[in-house]
Amino acid sequence: MTLLELDGLRKEFGARHRTVAVDDVTLTVHEGETLALVGESGCGKTTLTRLLLRLLEPTAGTVRFDGRDLAALSTAELRRVRRQMQVVLQDPYSSMNPRMRVHDIVAEPLVTHDPAARGRRGRAATAQRVAALLEAVGLDPGIRDRYPHEFSGGQRQRVSIARALALEPRLVVLDEPTSALDVSVQARVLDLLAELQQRLGLTYLFVSHNLAVVRQVADRVAVMRRGALVEVGTAADVFGAPRHPYTRQLLDAVPVPDPRRARRTRDTAPPANAPRDPAGPDRPADPTGQVR
Amino acid sequence: MTVTSPVLPAAAGTATAHRHTVLRTLLRNRLAVVALAVLAVLVLAAVLAPLIVPYDPNAQNLLQRLQPPAWLAGGHRAHLLGTDELGRDMLSRVIYGTRVSLLVGAGAALLAGTVGTAVGLVAGYFGGWPDRLLMRLADVQLAFPAILLALAVIGFLGSGLGFVILVLGFTGWVSYARVVRSEVLSLRTRDFVTEARAIGVTDTAIIRRHLLPNVTAPLATIATLHVAAAIVAEASLSYLGLGVPKETVTWGGMLADGQLYLGTAWWVAVFPGLALMITSLAVNLTGDALRDVADPKAYRR
Repeated sequence: MTLLELDGLRKEFGARHRTVAVDDVTLTVHEGETLALVGESGCGKTTLTRLLLRLLEPTAGTVRFDGRDLAALSTAELRRVRRQMQVVLQDPYSSMNPRMRVHDIVAEPLVTHDPAARGRRGRAATAQRVAALLEAVGLDPGIRDRYPHEFSGGQRQRVSIARALALEPRLVVLDEPTSALDVSVQARVLDLLAELQQRLGLTYLFVSHNLAVVRQVADRVAVMRRGALVEVGTAADVFGAPRHPYTRQLLDAVPVPDPRRARRTRDTAPPANAPRDPAGPDRPADPTGQVR
Repeated sequence: MTVTSPVLPAAAGTATAHRHTVLRTLLRNRLAVVALAVLAVLVLAAVLAPLIVPYDPNAQNLLQRLQPPAWLAGGHRAHLLGTDELGRDMLSRVIYGTRVSLLVGAGAALLAGTVGTAVGLVAGYFGGWPDRLLMRLADVQLAFPAILLALAVIGFLGSGLGFVILVLGFTGWVSYARVVRSEVLSLRTRDFVTEARAIGVTDTAIIRRHLLPNVTAPLATIATLHVAAAIVAEASLSYLGLGVPKETVTWGGMLADGQLYLGTAWWVAVFPGLALMITSLAVNLTGDALRDVADPKAYRR
């Protein structure tokens, strides 16, 4: 069943020097799957997630969540849809308000959407729910009175995940959820995400530039380059038989931990950084830093 | 599978423990302790002035004009800090002057802080035309010398304590607005604001919950600077005879009166000047300490 549908989605930035950040993207995400969105830095991945979360207005095209066009929704209806799609962002150091305690961070979605969670009567229930969420992501509920700066990157990312799950969403957008973490912590967070997906029937849109991670988690893969999708397919197809030359290039760029195999691929395949377009190596940095 | 987190010691931080750390950090800064003590004494003096002054600050005694402080030759124990040109007791007058100074300082900072913070939050968060409009207003305000504006307004509307606070408050909002706006500009691109918007948190809640608490540290600093500046500005206005009515005792007014006698009776001008200096220094030092404490990362250890 289709949960999320992007149709001809396009986003341009700048009036005089037009930059096309997302170029006519059409993509569907099915309920219960993990769709990985891969591509190099600045290819428009992040802008695409901002568009589908409706944090940015698209220049053209539509986003449908559960069959409903987000652009056509009233403010109140949009808020209701937002309950069902949550986001975990890349940088666990800037994704939390330094002045809020863990409890308030995790409870924020509850307090925002559930009038019963507010006020004196709701407080006990909210506290219980927060404790359960923290436990679900493998954290000690006793940390709820602490501030984010007291935690490591991995712990913060768990708090972020707990917050994203607070409203029992259907879709979770994971924007490079592990790229700021070191490898061992990364593996544990990925395990946690897989476990939660199974238990709660979540749908993941997993944005990453790390193909090793993607291979591990994705059911389907969408490859993005310069704002446009160049290839979409099952993980097995994309990794096993990439059709687009850019996908092949990306795959070749993955470091191989076995030196003998690495040498073999280096001899046969063209170096990953060689066939660059004359138009310039990279697109200008993603301007979504100034969202809003 | 259950993931247990290996690096989590038992939770020690409770809300009360947290408040204790704030207090302890504040107390560890010796200078801050002294400044706070001085401020406390000043506030007490202002509140209790009628009870603790030895004389009515406006009672004249022309037979005892320009008496030096008690410890100088010719001084008398009856007037510890001496008397002014009309024979009024200096100590009583300095104590009474605290009232106006603190009231004006706190009132002006509160007023300017409220207006400026609101303007800065709105301009920074919403951007676009509200931002352009508000910041142009701020430029216009800045182009006017504050004391001149104060003179003009008081000249038109008449003098009085309320007007002085109003004028100093409404000339000081720009610095709050600018600082808050620039903080907000950098805060609103942070991921936690993006996430809050994705969750569906309303703009008002984002401003109240995510932006305002994160601008308190710079706010505390500007507010204390402003308190000190407003106290001095009030003194300047009083010195020019434009502050509050003549019968209200102010340090600025005393300075103005004492200036004539600087050569012969220095105490008439020096004591209110000293009081002014000590007050603004104490306020500034307290502000510095507050700023350090307001940052949750500062009291980690």
